[in-house]
This record gives sequence, C-alpha cells and structure tokens, in this order.
Amino acid sequence: MHLHLAYPAVLAALLFCVGLYGVLARRNAILVLMSVELMLNAVNLNLVAFDVWLRDSLHAGQALTLFVIAIAAAEIGIGLAIVLAVYRNRGTSAVDALRDTAEPSAPDESQEAQEPDDSQEPQQSQQSPQSQKAEATA
Amino acid sequence: MTFAAATAVSAAKTAGTAETHGFLSPTGVEIAFLLVGLVTLGAAVITVTTRQLVHAALWLVVALGGLAVEYLLLTAEFIAWVQVLIYVGSVVVLLLFGLMLTRAPIGRSPDADSGNRPVALAVAAAAAAALVWVVVDAFRTTVIDLDGAAQGSTDVTGSVLFRHWVLPFEALSVLLLAALVGAIVLSRKTAKGTPAPEGDR
Repeated sequence: MHLHLAYPAVLAALLFCVGLYGVLARRNAILVLMSVELMLNAVNLNLVAFDVWLRDSLHAGQALTLFVIAIAAAEIGIGLAIVLAVYRNRGTSAVDALRDTAEPSAPDESQEAQEPDDSQEPQQSQQSPQSQKAEATA
Repeated sequence: MTFAAATAVSAAKTAGTAETHGFLSPTGVEIAFLLVGLVTLGAAVITVTTRQLVHAALWLVVALGGLAVEYLLLTAEFIAWVQVLIYVGSVVVLLLFGLMLTRAPIGRSPDADSGNRPVALAVAAAAAAALVWVVVDAFRTTVIDLDGAAQGSTDVTGSVLFRHWVLPFEALSVLLLAALVGAIVLSRKTAKGTPAPEGDR
C-alpha cells in the first residue's frame, strides 16, 4: 500500500493558504485565531507526512507535531485572554478598530477616529471590483 | 517477494522513478485521502468565509476532525487521537467560549470580513499557486510506503518521546505553566488598589 507524497503536501499547502486568507480578511479577532489554527494544522500535516515518508528513527516530525499542538493550545489560551481583556476595555473585538498604535494621537481621538473608518467601509467594498481589476492587470 | 522485485520497489522509492505508481491508478488509501482531504478543505474554506461566527467554529470542528482522519491514514495513530482530544475537544470549546463571552451575534453578522478582502484573496491565491506548483514539481514522483508496522503507534511515539525528546517535553511543560499563569493574570479583573485604566467596563 502506498500513498503519493504529493497528496498530503498539496493539501497542507492549500490549507495553509486558506488560513492565510482568513488571517488577512477576517475582522473579528476570534475568527483570526481560528485561521491561525488552520495554518498550524497545515504545518502539522506536513510534519507527519514527511516523518512517515522518511521513516525517521527519532520520529522528529511526530514529536515536533505534538509540541506544536501543545504550543497551539497555550497560544489559543493566551490569545483568548488578550481578546477578552480588549473586549472588556474597549467593547469590541474587531482587529481593525484598534488603532491606538497606528498614529500618534491622543486616546480620546481613537473613539472619533472609528467613525470615518466605518463610513469608509462601504466605499471600499464598492471599490473592490476596481481594485480586483487593477490587481488583475498589474 | 523476490529479490528483483524488492530492489525494483526500493529503486522506485529512492530514485523517484515511479512508473509503477501513477496518479491514474490510485490505491485505496489515496482515494480515501483525497475524499477526506476535499471535505477538510471545503470545511476550512467555509470556516474562513461564513458570516455566522458560531458556524465558523463548528465547521472548524469538521476541518480538524478531517485532519485527524488524514493522520490515521498516514498511520500516525497517536497524533490523530491527540488531535481529536486537544483540538476538537478543547481548542474549539475555548473558541466557542470566547465567541460567547465577547457577545458575538448568533445570526449573520455583516461585518465579519474587513475591507481588505480582495487583497487577502489575491495574496492567498498567489501563495497557493506558488506553493502548489513548487510542491507538485518537487514531489511528483515521491511515494510514501505505508506497509509494515504503524509508524505512529502509541508504543513507538511514547518510547521515542520519552527516550530522545525528554528535555523539550519538560521545557514544554514549563511553557504550559507560564501560559496558564499568563492567562489567569490577563483575564483577572483589575485589583482594587490600583486605579483602573480609562474605560474599564
């Protein structure tokens, strides 16, 4: 019984890119954390597949996969604690509403700076076919 | 198996000339891997595109469970069950707790995606094209031999983990302790003695 290495490798690459899209496109911080989990799982699949292919006597791939799973569990705990602390202090968990470190402005202006951003969002979504066309031609 | 057949199989495995193992005559493992992989990939795509936040967490369960089945097909049994226990059992539950504690809307939320969605789509498509091209070009003729004893059984993994990887394992336990303490410190409410920061709700 055999299995082409291309199957798990391609599946891992596609899963990683799906997670990459989620990290870049999602607004809710918890959805971003879910996408990070997808990327970590893609790497785990690669590690296991190459470990089985190489028949490593130390099984470094599987050991590293177990370590990555444990670190991912710790990461999701810390990440959720940070998200909950941000939600408790700011009342939102949207990653693009947290602009305190974006420009040197007073913290009072951060509340006001959100409103023009929200009004810009429909314009950006209307401009999306144009920007897609621009990327296609570029 | 004769000696000639054994050398032919080993030559096909090492030299990469796998005319006997074409993509057009898949084995049962390959068909199962392909079907489960399609389900996993579809669930992952729905996870990152759906507008209902709780549905995203539930589709993540399907994707992670599909990956556990892929680990089983790759004969990594222990990692498959660890995946089911930790990811499906605890990480998704933690994510659901986080969604509910941040009062996420149960129905559709129109602002689940931010404004840079086309840019993200372009970046992800370019990365997927480049990675798949390189991977297929590199490992087109490489074949995993799944015969023999399972390489990821609990016996093998346990003996390897506690014989060769003990020091990283112990360091990882210290890291988990640090993460536990850090999560408690972060999620604790502000102490009464210190003045609360602005906007403490």
